[in-house]
Amino acid sequence: MMEWLLPIQNLLGPAWLPIWTAVKIMVIVGPLMGAVAYLTLAERKVIGWMQIRIGPNRVGPFGLLQPLADGIKLLMKEIIIPSGSNKFLFVIAPVMVLMPALAAWAVVPFNAELVLADVNAGLLYILAMTSLGVYGVIIAGWASNSKYAFLGALRSAAQIVSYEIAMGFALVTVLMAAQSLNLGEIVRGQQGSYGMLNWYIIPLFPMFLVYLISGVAETNRAPFDVAEGESEIVAGFHVEYSGMAFALFFLGEYANMILVAFLTSIMFLGGWLSPVSFLPDSIAWMFAKVAFVLFLFLWFRATFPRYRYDQLMRLGWKVFIPITIVWVVVVGGWMQTPYWLW
Amino acid sequence: MSFFDVVFYLFATITVMAGMGVVVARNPVHAALFLVLAFCSAAGIWMLLEAEFLAITLVLVYVGAVMVLFLFVVMMLDINLVKLREGFWRWFPFGALLAGLMVFEMIWVLGSPQIADVSNTVVRAADYSNTKELGRLIYTDYVYPFEIAAVILLVAMVAAIALTLRRRPGVKTQNIAEQVKAKKADRLRIVSMKSEPKV
Repeated sequence: MMEWLLPIQNLLGPAWLPIWTAVKIMVIVGPLMGAVAYLTLAERKVIGWMQIRIGPNRVGPFGLLQPLADGIKLLMKEIIIPSGSNKFLFVIAPVMVLMPALAAWAVVPFNAELVLADVNAGLLYILAMTSLGVYGVIIAGWASNSKYAFLGALRSAAQIVSYEIAMGFALVTVLMAAQSLNLGEIVRGQQGSYGMLNWYIIPLFPMFLVYLISGVAETNRAPFDVAEGESEIVAGFHVEYSGMAFALFFLGEYANMILVAFLTSIMFLGGWLSPVSFLPDSIAWMFAKVAFVLFLFLWFRATFPRYRYDQLMRLGWKVFIPITIVWVVVVGGWMQTPYWLW
Repeated sequence: MSFFDVVFYLFATITVMAGMGVVVARNPVHAALFLVLAFCSAAGIWMLLEAEFLAITLVLVYVGAVMVLFLFVVMMLDINLVKLREGFWRWFPFGALLAGLMVFEMIWVLGSPQIADVSNTVVRAADYSNTKELGRLIYTDYVYPFEIAAVILLVAMVAAIALTLRRRPGVKTQNIAEQVKAKKADRLRIVSMKSEPKV
């Protein structure tokens, strides 16, 4: 606890804890929303450069005010509610996409001290929260009373349920290696004198790939964006949404991307730990790793064509799930031998 | 009333209301969503009892997976509500009997002295790991019941797949191995042509 806050704490009495927690939530959600806004700009710029274009460069210097302009544009637009739609569910669906994407941040540690809730079952909580995001998508598709939206919702539901299993098993190996469900403990389990050789990416490399690819699939990003599939089903589940309601889907998707990037760096890339032993551990390493993983997301989008639906299901069920189950057994056996160094 | 009580009654009220919603909702999708709400608030109550592993698993398994598939199926059903309500009064006595029986069972079970009073449970420290304790119990004291349950579930899964598996002749499927084995030379012939003479 910081000393200079003590007088305020005494002044507020029992109201201190909720107010202080609300402040901490603001401190996480505010920068997160900023990061989401600038991730959209980064995406357009990076993909632009990869395709030998310039990307947005008109609003502000180097297009830096573009996200602001986009946000204002979406705020000013009319929200059209289709006739024959289920109004309550139609309005609440975007909220249900964004809610779990934000709630999951409660247990994410930024460095050894900075975490909102240092809970023991953190990994389980993250899994539970990310599995709730699919409801918004399904409800949006159903409540829109539109065939395209409904098709997108069905595709998304099947896809997310399939990839969640592979993702869950990948996390099982991580918790076997770390012997804890606490995200902070998982990072501390990767501490050691060999820098990046102590990270779980070394013994769990196949799981790292499975988790990263499943993360791309879970967030409905290209090449797994069959739920949107703009060339097949227009825009999938959010085709009937406009204005701020559409923007909430957008925010949810990008917040989820950043979350997956954070989780990948916490569980496999050593979180805030330094990659070499002569440099100090710092939150900057965390952000660097997250930025790298996010860059991979953008890179995938610019590189790979969209999966066909049956190929996507095959990859999830017939490739990833068997690999993860085998690796759970391998890690379990490996940990009983003296050659387990992590 | 302490904070604990306030939270408990809040979650309990939501659970009961959502349960009622499941039964009375006209639209089956609304009913399924009410069930989701009931699960979530039940998880809240479990969390209050410091059973955080069970609470999160409830959300993860029932809300995150089972109900998604449920909703998936319910949304695709074309349900005729008029037909569904046809035999309501004919079956009402039977339903009422069942409901009465269940209420009696619940009173009997919950009222028995074997059920420990919830207020007597030991309050653990914040760093007490419920997950570890549960894992230890399941894999040591209760390992055989646990393994048997797992085998039964596996058999049920295999049976469910076997029941729905049907082989139809003439269905076009991909042979992935053959696709992977295909070489460029097998399919593609590059012909070099002379350019047409200028006219």
